[in-house]
Amino acid sequence: MVRVEFLGPIQKEALELDISNLNELATILQEDKEMKEWLDNCAVAVNDTLVSSLEAPLKDGDKISLLPPVCGG
Amino acid sequence: MLSLYDGALDVPTILKDWYVEEATSNYGAYIPFVGTVRSEDGIDGLSFDIYEPILESWFKSWQEKAKAKGAIIKMAHSRGDVMLHESSYIASVFSPKRRVALEFIDEFVEDFKASAPIWKYDLINGERVYALDRSTAIKGSGILAGENN
Repeated sequence: MVRVEFLGPIQKEALELDISNLNELATILQEDKEMKEWLDNCAVAVNDTLVSSLEAPLKDGDKISLLPPVCGG
Repeated sequence: MLSLYDGALDVPTILKDWYVEEATSNYGAYIPFVGTVRSEDGIDGLSFDIYEPILESWFKSWQEKAKAKGAIIKMAHSRGDVMLHESSYIASVFSPKRRVALEFIDEFVEDFKASAPIWKYDLINGERVYALDRSTAIKGSGILAGENN
């Protein structure tokens, strides 16, 4: 199982999912009405490291974070 | 050095503390950037969420870039609410000579704005309103979006 957290203004509770890669997460979230508007502009981190590909495998206990557009300062 | 504070920053103290910390380090240049909340569009202030693990690794990568130029950086940011005319962000560079500091503070602050995992909300009538119009999608955004959007 992996844990998916939604950061900042995405008002969504974390999910525990039985998935083995980010492609599977993409499929799940594309079906989620709450998330559709966020996906275009969200970055993804696995275990607190930003990733740029959906291919990296996930293992049990991994944490995935979705980061919406930022504005520090 | 990265410092996070709940609420507004004590700017004079932080600027002075950083100056004193490096007083004998032989840096000829110290350039701070202070970001202050302006009154506009009827806001009462701003509020911030921070994702610390990624902020810390982002900051560490900039410390390494600074070190490669013989410089050091320090940064402070607020969590939560910061009201009008209070400050939420200070970034600074110390370097032996001015050219590195002058150029580096520009790159450091611009990348902070584009990349640091911090989310801004306007405070309006006691509510937090996400400042999407002023926000930037981090590099690599959209990978989960698929083709049908």
